[in-house]
Amino acid sequence: MFDFSIVTNWFDTLLRSAMPSWAAILIECVVVGLIIITLYACFAIFLIYFERKICAFFQCRLGPNRVGKWGLLQVFADVFKMLTKEIIFMKNTDRLIYVIAPVMVILSSMLTFSCIPWNKGAEILDFNVGVFFFLAASSLGIVGILLAGIGSQNKYSLIGAMRAGAQIISYELSIGMTMLAMIALTGTMQFSAIVEGQADCWNIVKGHVPAIIAFIIYMIAGNAECNRGPFDMPEAESELTAGYHTEYSGMGFGFYYLAEYLNLFICACIATTIFLGGWMPLHIGVAGFDGVMDAIPGFVWFVVKAVFVTFLLMWERWTFPRLRIDQLLNLEWKYLIPISMGNLVLMALISEFGLHF
Amino acid sequence: MKLEITTIEPSKLRAELLRLRDVEKMDFLENLVGMDWGEEGGLGVVYMLLSTETGKRVNLRTSTTDREHPVLPTASDLWDIALIYEREVYDFYGIIFAGHPDMRRLFLREDWKGFPMRKDDDPIAENPFDGEHMTNEPLADVTRQYSMNPDGTLGDYKENVIFAPDDYVVNIGPQHPSTHGVLHFRVALNGEIIKRVDPILGYIHRGVEKLNESLTYPQTLALTDRLDYISAQQSRHALCACIEQAMGVEVSDRVKVIRTMMDELQRIDSHLLFFGCLCQDLGATTAFLYAFRDREKILDIFEETCGGRLIINYNMIGGVQYDLHPNFQRRVKDFIKLERKNLQEYYDIFADNVIAHNRLDGVGVLTKEQVISYGCTGGSGRAAGWHNDVRKLEPYAAYDRVQFNEIVLQDGDSYARLIVRLKEIEESLNILEQLVDNIPEGNYKEKMKPIIKVPEGTYYNAVEASRGRFGVFLESHGDKTPYRLHYRATGLPLVAVMDTACRGEKIADMISIGGTLDYVVPDIDR
Amino acid sequence: MEIKKRAKIKSIPYKDFKDNETYEKLVEELNAGGVNVLVKPFDDLIDWGRSNSLWPLTFATSCCGIEFMAVCAARYDIARFGFEVTRNSPRQADVILVCGTITTKMAPVLKRLYDEMADPKYVVAIGGCSVAGGPFTKSYHVVQGVDKVIPVDVYVPGCPPRPEAFLYGMMQLQRIVKVENYFGTTNRKQKRPKEEEKA
Repeated sequence: MFDFSIVTNWFDTLLRSAMPSWAAILIECVVVGLIIITLYACFAIFLIYFERKICAFFQCRLGPNRVGKWGLLQVFADVFKMLTKEIIFMKNTDRLIYVIAPVMVILSSMLTFSCIPWNKGAEILDFNVGVFFFLAASSLGIVGILLAGIGSQNKYSLIGAMRAGAQIISYELSIGMTMLAMIALTGTMQFSAIVEGQADCWNIVKGHVPAIIAFIIYMIAGNAECNRGPFDMPEAESELTAGYHTEYSGMGFGFYYLAEYLNLFICACIATTIFLGGWMPLHIGVAGFDGVMDAIPGFVWFVVKAVFVTFLLMWERWTFPRLRIDQLLNLEWKYLIPISMGNLVLMALISEFGLHF
Repeated sequence: MKLEITTIEPSKLRAELLRLRDVEKMDFLENLVGMDWGEEGGLGVVYMLLSTETGKRVNLRTSTTDREHPVLPTASDLWDIALIYEREVYDFYGIIFAGHPDMRRLFLREDWKGFPMRKDDDPIAENPFDGEHMTNEPLADVTRQYSMNPDGTLGDYKENVIFAPDDYVVNIGPQHPSTHGVLHFRVALNGEIIKRVDPILGYIHRGVEKLNESLTYPQTLALTDRLDYISAQQSRHALCACIEQAMGVEVSDRVKVIRTMMDELQRIDSHLLFFGCLCQDLGATTAFLYAFRDREKILDIFEETCGGRLIINYNMIGGVQYDLHPNFQRRVKDFIKLERKNLQEYYDIFADNVIAHNRLDGVGVLTKEQVISYGCTGGSGRAAGWHNDVRKLEPYAAYDRVQFNEIVLQDGDSYARLIVRLKEIEESLNILEQLVDNIPEGNYKEKMKPIIKVPEGTYYNAVEASRGRFGVFLESHGDKTPYRLHYRATGLPLVAVMDTACRGEKIADMISIGGTLDYVVPDIDR
Repeated sequence: MEIKKRAKIKSIPYKDFKDNETYEKLVEELNAGGVNVLVKPFDDLIDWGRSNSLWPLTFATSCCGIEFMAVCAARYDIARFGFEVTRNSPRQADVILVCGTITTKMAPVLKRLYDEMADPKYVVAIGGCSVAGGPFTKSYHVVQGVDKVIPVDVYVPGCPPRPEAFLYGMMQLQRIVKVENYFGTTNRKQKRPKEEEKA
């Protein structure tokens, strides 16, 4: 398996040999920051295109096909449009809150994005409490949504934001609980170590029954965390026109739009890391097959798995009708939380007595 | 049919209406038509009552010659639907109904001058389209309830509050994705719970009934298609049949069968659109596209024979515009086969889904008494157990020669309203199947005189349109233009019932209730 | 005067478009002061983006709205052009397709919606009613064409227009967008509300 830390170490020594260490760190930080932003933008563009095509596929349509070959340039056109679109400021809004809100959302999304372990040695933020940091950072996003609702002075926005608050805070519980179950299995909260632990066997297989339950709960709660159908209550188009971002135009709206897709992808990435072995290749125990799999770089493995999970989430989105807010909370508090709590106990027992693979 | 109308004094009206409702069990107020019979005849109202038990009809007319302050007693406490019909009459004729709790205009702006349907009123001159009307419209939170003096003149009024100052009122519409057009609901909320719904209509009020009074009969046909545009065939069928009956024209069997088939195709078209839009409103976008995919097949059939997709202009007085296209039978047969297969898909993707059940079961329940009192005909009424299918009760065209079931469910909730329509698609397919091989030979058009004049009298004809009983009320004074041509809109009762159906439900349920009641706004506003 | 900018639409040759005279007049007007060589490539890039990403506002008053839904649906699929992201909030929409009759009561609402939209914004009048009042033109409650209320870029006649006509109208709009100048002219110079208060 290719270790990306060779590249980073070489780059680090190169810089340190030419300049003092503070300057080297500064340059490294800037480079990493640029890489994050570029990757973020690239994935956003890819995901929007992917979603449009997937949705068209489910709906017996063609999807974008006139801008560039197969409509590949469609999203670029959208981005240019959005960048040059007027940003409206209303008279009676709370200006500061109104401006900060989309930034908060994109900030939280970027912070969580940097937690993703792309490859061996290619983790950007890799603490020993990585999972904890991820959960903390991702819950910042809700602040942005609530602020948008309060700052916009719009009844639809306010209702949308209140719904979002209730929904996301509730579903964070199940996400935390399922992650806790998996931590009980892996025994570490560091993303890189979680992936390392899956070299021989992916967690979803290793933890068998409770891991699969956790995976299913994670998929449901993950969709809810991203405000995507069937849990898209906060921006329920047919009820609240556009929910909490009703009053945002241009890039203000663009931030929400990008963050929505990126959160979906991040959600899929974390599922990949925790359940599907991260950048670890698929091993079945046959030497020849495993050798071929090993030849594929970890980065590719990771992205393919994550895109597959994204596809599953999109499938869910384009199939089911929307729940109502009370049904949504019922689902969480009456079903998902008790199940994930029981699941946590089960997982603890299994890992304590070594009943896993 | 020609209407037998009994004339009655306004002072005796109240007692007679009470007697009719309680003794004769006239529980369905089919129509309440405002009229202007000029200086001598005065301003008045025609009541069309129907008993759902015995099927007996009674028609009453009453009028007052006071043009300054015309007052009539209200019927709104006897039949709920009169609440909205009387507001319509007030809006058009300025007749005040004493005792009506909410005497606001229904369609026009509150600052509109004059009453446009009066024969001596010139609405364009009084209300020129200029800067004054480009202001935001005033919306009153307080309304008036008038009383009547014993001598029949206008008495005092008291004020009724619609929304208190501390109510949290959300405006849904006029531009809102799930109102299916430009409908405006003011909704008072308590958290997510609906306290009160106040529909505000008239954003697409096009003055069709006033226009009709200056158009010749063949010209009036063109406007029916544009009322309820997904019942275009049926609305036009109703008007054509009404004029034919009035003139004593008998159309050939071929025409009857063609009209029946077109009506049923239109019904399937409409129900597919209903299904699609409901799914779209509830967030199941994919199901919406499935419904539209199949709907295109019907539009293909229409296009080949009639030339139009949505606005079809096919029925004419004395027949239909063109003969059937040679491909018609083959296409209909193909469609029947395809639709039977695809119908199951709708259940799979939406109607049998557990989320759809959660969203629709027990939501917006209407009892049988309520739907009759509000006059909610069509699928919405049948879902609550009211047998109201005109095709069964008073068979017209070729409906007496086909076998089909009237789908009636008892639950009265949103889910029942969805299932009624999905089942009706099946029944419509059955009707089509029975007729497609048995289209009789004959004229597709009777020869009519170049100028069509309807003999003097009052006529009424109802058909089962896609979303209920569509009635045409025609008063002719023997001219080439109608004296009064009123449509019984299928959607107006459905909007009137929204407040009853939505109270106590969540705001998200309002979308599913509105979606399943299935109204089309231009039909409501006319 | 020579035409300096001429929009190309995929798979339809320039001469196949109708009403090229009006179009050329418009181009001439837009380029009256000449085209800046330096910023023109950027202009072209932005115009390309805008013209291919015209998100419509879901605004339908009557019959034409159903045809608009048909255009969005499987057979005609407006998504091919990238127009499928119909926005319900006017703030996020680029083009308002006026599908259906506009009545006196609706006119102020329509104007308000138009005012709520962010620049650049375009209007397409769809159907006889919104072009000139259609069959209801003599009615007391119908506005005789939306151009009495808001400025219209493209008119699509029909009652209702066929879906192909919708798409053709949208392509005509694309042509208009493609010749606009971003730097200097189209962006609105209206003051922000706070500044306005001070002034």
